[in-house]
Amino acid sequence: MPAKAGDRHRQGQSGPSGGKAVPPRPAKAVSKKRDEDVSTEAGEGLDEWAAAKTLVKPPDQLELTEAELKEEFTRILTANNPHAPQNIVRYSFKKRAYKPISYVDQMAIHFSLNGNMILKDSDEGRRQKIRLSTAVEKASVETSAGTSEEAEIKDEESTGDTQAAGEEETEESGTAEVAEAAEAEEPPPPRVKEQKLANQFNFIERASGTLNNPMRERACQSEPIPCKNFSTTAYQWEIYDAYVEELQKIERSKEKEKSKAQIAKREEEKKKGRKLTSLESQSDDIMKISKAAKIMERMVNQNTFDDIAQDFKYFEDASDEYRDQQGTLLPLWKFQYDKTKRLAVTAISWNPKYKDLFAVGYGSYDFMKQGQGMLLLYTMKNPSFPEYVFSSESGIMCLDFHYDHSYLVAVGFYDGNVAIYNLKKATSQPSYKSSAKSGKHTEPVWQNELVHTDVIKLSVEGTTVQGPEGLQLQTLGCGTSFDFHKKIDYLFLVGTEEGKIYKCSKCYSSQFLDVFEAHHMAVDSVSWNPYHLKVFISCSSDWTVKIWDHTIKTPMFIYDLNSAVGDVAWAPYSSTVFAAVTTDGKAHVFDLSINKYEALCTQLVVAKKKNKITHIQFNPVYPVVIIGDERGHVTSLKLSPNLRRMPKEKKGQEVKKGPEVEIAKLDKLLNLVREPESKAEK
Amino acid sequence: MAEVEETLKRIQAHRGVVATIVVNAEGIPIRTTLDNSTTVQYAGLLHQLTMKARSTVRDIDPQNDLTFLRIRSKKHEIMVAPDKEYLLIVIQNPCE
Repeated sequence: MPAKAGDRHRQGQSGPSGGKAVPPRPAKAVSKKRDEDVSTEAGEGLDEWAAAKTLVKPPDQLELTEAELKEEFTRILTANNPHAPQNIVRYSFKKRAYKPISYVDQMAIHFSLNGNMILKDSDEGRRQKIRLSTAVEKASVETSAGTSEEAEIKDEESTGDTQAAGEEETEESGTAEVAEAAEAEEPPPPRVKEQKLANQFNFIERASGTLNNPMRERACQSEPIPCKNFSTTAYQWEIYDAYVEELQKIERSKEKEKSKAQIAKREEEKKKGRKLTSLESQSDDIMKISKAAKIMERMVNQNTFDDIAQDFKYFEDASDEYRDQQGTLLPLWKFQYDKTKRLAVTAISWNPKYKDLFAVGYGSYDFMKQGQGMLLLYTMKNPSFPEYVFSSESGIMCLDFHYDHSYLVAVGFYDGNVAIYNLKKATSQPSYKSSAKSGKHTEPVWQNELVHTDVIKLSVEGTTVQGPEGLQLQTLGCGTSFDFHKKIDYLFLVGTEEGKIYKCSKCYSSQFLDVFEAHHMAVDSVSWNPYHLKVFISCSSDWTVKIWDHTIKTPMFIYDLNSAVGDVAWAPYSSTVFAAVTTDGKAHVFDLSINKYEALCTQLVVAKKKNKITHIQFNPVYPVVIIGDERGHVTSLKLSPNLRRMPKEKKGQEVKKGPEVEIAKLDKLLNLVREPESKAEK
Repeated sequence: MAEVEETLKRIQAHRGVVATIVVNAEGIPIRTTLDNSTTVQYAGLLHQLTMKARSTVRDIDPQNDLTFLRIRSKKHEIMVAPDKEYLLIVIQNPCE
């Protein structure tokens, strides 16, 4: 406080004088002026002194010249604080430099005094108020007439009160007692005390507030849009699929337009007729898995018959090298179906399109026991169950596939009917069937061939009937087998029960071109050589197999097989290889280019001796033959390498393949045979 | 319909076949010869694997498609034949 007072004094002096002038000088000037004032005042008062005009100078006053004394000093009155610093510099982080601050606070505090006012409502304020009120009460009580005892008590209380400053409880109890003792006077004084004290300006604070409306939250929410998480990966094939679908849609719409333009219904019906496979019913879920089930069955079979599959594909009998020229037949799969256990295999044929599919016809050769027949189609890929099963009332005697439309199978029955089965359709009934009206045979149909669209049937009674046209050829005997020439369309051979072979032509309906006195017993099978145009083979129950040139009446080769020969077949890969099966269960494979007189392989194929082999067929592609027997079994066998040997070429020459080579091969052989007999002639 | 049923029965009766499961497009088994928990497990896992395999095949060539999937393990062989909407799973013990 004293320091501040000193400040005040100093500042009070310099304030009016102006802040910018140098302090000591104006101070001196002021003091000087004051002195002058004083001196002039003193001069007026005391004339004698004034006349002298001598100034009273303090001893340490600055000596100044007259000019200097007369010098005028301007004083500017500003509101600036002279003590405020003018050159404050602060570091600016933005500019990374020290920057002078332009504005400086100019407030100068002249006087400050800490007050000792206490807020009325605070604790201390209340305490003091109560203390004051009790003091007033004491005073009022003391003035009123009261007992000395009470006064003493009060005195004591008051002394107690003064001694113990903050004991409110005693005060209160005291006041309560006082209130009880002196009855009437209590309420007014406290009320008076609590009256609002107006301040010196008569200012009373008054406040009012508006009514605050209670806040109420009103919210509205729309229903959330149902969200679904979807995630996928965009692959190239998904894009491709989308495009393909679009394309199909466009095509379908185009088709619909076309069909509308023409007669709609008929067109659609036709199209439906041509559609592949069975119509799937939409309601059946399990039908959709048919394809997968099929593949799966084949795979399961492949697993089970894994070794056989491996053999079929890769096994080549190495021991053939040591066996001279002999070969073997390796048994592969065995096909059987329980419903055909009592039936004999009467016909086998490979499908021209699908090289693993073959058809087997079941019936009975026994004249006395005739029952129902079955047509089964097996595939090598599934040895345990047939692909297609057709049953018929009468035993099947023969069957053939259509060359172009490989889904059509022509079947000849024992009762003389002929039927064509359409494999594309789901039904188990034939598509076409001849009946008594359409000129069917009355005797069993022994062989048929599906040539183009005609079904040519051969029946026992000796007529060859050609399809719907009904061309009939009368033969003297009863036909048992026939074969069409591969290249020459109209030419075909017919073998009879008597052992004769007739060469016939489609053009001549009543006469045959030639007759061969072939065998002593019924001719079981005739077959043209697949390569050589003139050669054919025949086999019969008289134990022989004969090879002919159709221009020559006598056979080229004769083989005696010690047992009735059931069937003979040329190999598709060579013009000199053929196989024959006999009723004693053996299969014989010959290769004329290697051994003209003996079979390269004679093997017992069927297990039980009582079983007779009825048919044999070569697979057009694979080195496999299938053999059907009387018990309804079909066995597949693989030909060992020796049986498939191609003639070795001389070094340097290209390996020629193709029909010409085969023809040449056979020709060579035939010439050897023919020379002693007749002129060498092609 | 009966044909397919018969085929499935034949497969199940074949030598070495342990189980047959038919799974739909979402991986839910609709037909099985195993107990429920194992079936669900097989169905879920193989469904994913088949999807992945199919995606792989088609990614390489979109015109190609998966026809069969075989997984051979020490104990048995799992074969999966995918279809447009279904999956046929067969577990077989290959006969050695």
